[in-house]
Amino acid sequence: MLSILGYNVGPMLAQGVLGLINGAFYALLSLGLAVIFGLLNIINFAHGALYMIGAFVAWVLLNYLGIGYWPSLILVPILVGCFGMLIERVLISKLYKLDHLYGLLLTFGLALIMEGLMRNYFGSSGMPFAVPESLRGATRLGFMIMPTYRVWVVAASFVVCIGTWLVIEKTSIGATLRAATENPALVQAFGVNVPRLVTMTYGGGVALAAFAGVMAAPMYSVNPSMGSNVIIVVFAVVVIGGMGSILGSILTGFGLGLVEGFTKYLYPQGSGVVIFVLMVIVLLLRPAGLFGKAA
Amino acid sequence: MEISRRTLLGTAAAVSTLPVGRARAQAKPVLKIGVLNDASGPYRDTGGETSLICAKQAVEEFASQANGYTIEVIYGDHQNKPDVGAGLARQWYDRDGVDMILDVPTSSVALAVATVAKEKDKTFVDSGGATADLTGKQCAPSIVHWTYDTYMLAKSTGAATVKAGGKDWFFITADYAFGQQLQRDTTSFITAAGGRVMGAAPYPFPGTTDFSSFLLQAQSSGAKVLGLCNAGGDTVNCIKQAKEFGLTLDIAAMLMFITDVNALGLQVAQGLRLTESFYWDLNDCTRAFTNRVKPKTPNNWPNMSHAGCYAGTLHFLKAVNQIGIAKAKASGTAIVDAMKAMPTDDDCFGHGSIRVDGRTLFPSYLFEVKKPSESKGKWDYYKTVQTTPADQAWRPLAEGGCYFVKS
Repeated sequence: MLSILGYNVGPMLAQGVLGLINGAFYALLSLGLAVIFGLLNIINFAHGALYMIGAFVAWVLLNYLGIGYWPSLILVPILVGCFGMLIERVLISKLYKLDHLYGLLLTFGLALIMEGLMRNYFGSSGMPFAVPESLRGATRLGFMIMPTYRVWVVAASFVVCIGTWLVIEKTSIGATLRAATENPALVQAFGVNVPRLVTMTYGGGVALAAFAGVMAAPMYSVNPSMGSNVIIVVFAVVVIGGMGSILGSILTGFGLGLVEGFTKYLYPQGSGVVIFVLMVIVLLLRPAGLFGKAA
Repeated sequence: MEISRRTLLGTAAAVSTLPVGRARAQAKPVLKIGVLNDASGPYRDTGGETSLICAKQAVEEFASQANGYTIEVIYGDHQNKPDVGAGLARQWYDRDGVDMILDVPTSSVALAVATVAKEKDKTFVDSGGATADLTGKQCAPSIVHWTYDTYMLAKSTGAATVKAGGKDWFFITADYAFGQQLQRDTTSFITAAGGRVMGAAPYPFPGTTDFSSFLLQAQSSGAKVLGLCNAGGDTVNCIKQAKEFGLTLDIAAMLMFITDVNALGLQVAQGLRLTESFYWDLNDCTRAFTNRVKPKTPNNWPNMSHAGCYAGTLHFLKAVNQIGIAKAKASGTAIVDAMKAMPTDDDCFGHGSIRVDGRTLFPSYLFEVKKPSESKGKWDYYKTVQTTPADQAWRPLAEGGCYFVKS
């Protein structure tokens, strides 16, 4: 079948749908990064590693304690989120007064350590993680076969993304958070415990990464390098969307998933760089990103 | 940097445990083997520490026969980077007195180490590398390529699949030297057997984790067989996602180890066809070997690449014994000449030989992965579909283009 330059609509549509699925992961991960950067001003390079840890914790819970996918979806973000808060309290909180670079270096180092430790304990070939019983199977859409699990992934990430956005933009907790980033001293004067708020925010961002990790476990093999494979792309998404812009990272995540999907079809060799080419173009035309506010 | 009292004390304590009298104790000359592979990256399970364990196993079994010398094994991580691998090889050969470098998976690194071995006239026994160029265009008189190569994989899996009726192929290929060569080699066997290649998706390596888009392309291409020209985690992800998308094509994993099957689980891997030159449950000898090393690597049983490290080391030691330690220390070519002159014989690969271009010859096996219901226990994964005898499994000597092979 010849389908050069997208004249054939069926396969293009299929690639678009697949792109949206990947976009869901980009959106979930970049959302966590954007929250952390927006409120803490920390460039969290450990995000990919925490996503990987999320997948591994789900695997450990399943294989050692018999805890299945559904409880894991709640339990793992809480556990890994607590771990994140510990990291923030013990290490990252010491760096707030210093340049961004220190935070970046620290979290990058943490990511390398976490990845190395996991590789040492679990090996490099990855662990199988079965799709939960209730989400097995696939639907024939005519132009493609759509696995039920992937439909669930897109729907769940969409809901979580919108939920997070609503919490930050439309609730009083979110308002306090945003105020605390603008002027911590003033907010503290109103009786709000700002350091605790910051810790909780970091924990929340990490929990989002862990949630994405659990979602990814049945799709990809649970592998120590799964985080480093995706983190660079996710950073590009955050930069294109506008550092710290929450809605920007969600929309850009899904959008870039689409672009990447089409590239995989039209010119597979280029699928690894297309996002970065876009990043360069966006940075040249709009240095603050598509949805970022100019400083 | 500030040095605290605690670090100072710690260092002193560590230094005090070092063996001080070691130099004096080594009156006999030392034959040094350096195992070089990926100790921390994606190919850690297919090579990694299990290769070291297998090399040490051979040394342990041979040690009592060592004629007037002691044997030492050291270990290094090439991180899948040719510059790191070549640098370490140079240091080992020049400064650390290493006589033989072993394993070296990742074709690009293997070729870089081969250049160093050739330049220094030192022995290099490759087990984990795939490229058939090691005994072809890039051959050298001090190199032996033990376990498998791209040609042998392409012939066994490719030709057998076409013969079984899988004539129309689509490739998903890691877009670098190894994947491209494997695709090229496989294509030539497919067309020779009357099959066709309907298309290929070369994807960026490394860094691709989602293959669903390429899988759909394969599905819509009208092909009957999906050939995977990649390795390790990429192969695992391709197969996993193919199941998820209900792909109707037969999958031929062009390079896959039992360690990858273990990572996939039988539920997903069942029915796959792949080629290895060693399987632990092949016969009494392979089982005996596996039982000897298993306690040392309980979670990662030996695959063909690990077995090659054992067999290669054993044969190397026999050759050193034959020509004497003085001559062996002086010339890698002398050792390899002796290795080529005598037949190989070990528990893993049985009887075989090493051809003039450095290619070790023994049979290759096409395996099918068992159904979960057929598997009787841990690592019971394969049933043998076809055996290609030693004289047909490998690229004919004349086609390799090795410069010192007289036509």
